[in-house]
Amino acid sequence: MDERAVRVARLVAAEPTRAGDRRGVAGTLRRLCSAAERELSASGTGVSVVAGSEMRGVAAVSGPAYEALEELQFSLGEGPCLEAIARREPVLVPDLLDGAMRRWPGYAPALYDKGVRAVFAFPLQIGVARLGALDVFRDEAGSLTSAEFRDALSFADVAVTTLLDGQADAVPGAAADGLDDEVVGQRAELFQAQGMVAVQLTVPVADALARLRAYAYAEDRPLGDVARDVVARRISFDSGRS
Amino acid sequence: MVEFLQMLTRRVADLFDTGEAGLLLADHRDRLTFMAASDESARLMELFQLQYGDGPCLDAFRTARPVTNVNLAAATEKWPQFAPRAAQAGFESVHAFPLRLRKEVIGAMGVFGSTTELDETDAHIVQSLADVAVIGLLQERAIRRGEALTGQLQRALNSRIVIEQAKGIVAQASSVTPDAAFALIRDFARRNNRRLSEVADTIVTGLPDLPDLVGG
Repeated sequence: MDERAVRVARLVAAEPTRAGDRRGVAGTLRRLCSAAERELSASGTGVSVVAGSEMRGVAAVSGPAYEALEELQFSLGEGPCLEAIARREPVLVPDLLDGAMRRWPGYAPALYDKGVRAVFAFPLQIGVARLGALDVFRDEAGSLTSAEFRDALSFADVAVTTLLDGQADAVPGAAADGLDDEVVGQRAELFQAQGMVAVQLTVPVADALARLRAYAYAEDRPLGDVARDVVARRISFDSGRS
Repeated sequence: MVEFLQMLTRRVADLFDTGEAGLLLADHRDRLTFMAASDESARLMELFQLQYGDGPCLDAFRTARPVTNVNLAAATEKWPQFAPRAAQAGFESVHAFPLRLRKEVIGAMGVFGSTTELDETDAHIVQSLADVAVIGLLQERAIRRGEALTGQLQRALNSRIVIEQAKGIVAQASSVTPDAAFALIRDFARRNNRRLSEVADTIVTGLPDLPDLVGG
C-alpha cells in the first residue's frame, strides 16, 4: 500500500461504528463509506459488489438515503457504477446536467430529483477480476480536486483489500462475513420474485428480471415494491391462468 | 511470471562479461524450487544445489545474507557436493543473493562466473535486481490471489441468489410460500444426498422442466 492508501485505511479503522452496523466486511465497508463521504466532501457514497456476471448488489452506503439511489442502478440496469465496472475505469460526472440525462435516461433524473448534482464512480478491481464499484454523490456540481481524485482511488483500493481479506477468512463456499446477508439477503424478495415470474411466463430468470424492471418502470414504482407484491401474490404476470 | 524472472536473470548475467544467473524461490512450505535461469548451465547449477542440498544459494537463503566472491576451487569443504560439480562445469567463482521481503527470505539468486570479482558496488547492483524480482513476484502473487478470492466471493454470492430464485420458482410452481418452498428444496437435497446450492442451480437452469421435489 502506498502512503495515501495507508492513511485512508487508518481513517476507515478510526471511523466510529453506528447502531445498526452489520458485522464483518459489510460493517467495515459502511464505515469506509462514511469516511469517504467526509474526506471527499460528498453528500453520500456507496459500495456495490458484483455477484456473478449479471447479478449485482449494494454492499454498503454512507447513509440510508443513498441505499435507494445505489440500488436504483441495479433496478434500472444503468448508471455510473455499472459503467465504471464495465469500462474498468473511473466514471466522472462533475455536472449531472451536462449530458448525463441522455447517458442514463432513467437513473440521472432520479439522482437529480434527490438533489444529486455530481456523481463519480470508481471500479473495484484486481488483475482481470471485477469486484464492484465505489460511488461518490455530491449535491453541488463541480470536479473532484486532484487530491480528492487520488483519495477516492485509495478508498477504492481499501474497499478491495477489505473485500479480499474478508473473503480470505471466509469458510470455503461461503461469502465474506456479513456480505451475503447484505448483498443478497436484503433483496431476497427480488430474487424470489424473479423465480416466480420465470414460472408465470415460462421464461429464463434473466428475462423475468427484465419483465419485472419493465413493469416497475411502466408503473413508475420501485422495483423492490413490485417484487414484494409478486411474492405476496398481489401481482401476477400470468393473468391468463392465475 | 517465469518470463519476467527469466528476463531478470538474463539482465543480471549481462552485467558480467562471463557469468550466468539462476533463481530459486521458496514454496509455501519454505522449500526452494527452481524458477528461472539465464542459460542451461546456470539452470544446472541451481538444480545441483537443490538436488544435493549444499551451495551458495542455499546459504544465502538460510542466512539472508549475500554470499560473494567464493572461489570454487577452495570451496570443496564448504560445499562438498556443489563445488566440484560447478568447477567441472567450468565455473570458477560463485555469488548468491537472498530475495528478501522485510525480514522474510523468499528465495535466492545465484551468479556463476569464471574469474568474476564483485566489488561492493557490483554486489549492490545485483542485490537491487534481486529486490526488483521480489517486488514483481509479490505483485503477481497478490493479483493472482485477489482474482481467486474474487471468484470465490462471486460464486458464494451467486449461489445465495440462485437459492432465492429457486425458492420463487418452487413457490410459484407448487403454490406455496417461499419459506415452504425452501423446506421442499432442502428436504429434496437431503433425501438425494445433494448439496442445496446444486439442487437450486438445477431448478433455476432447468426451467421450464422442474424436478419433482416431492417424489425422488
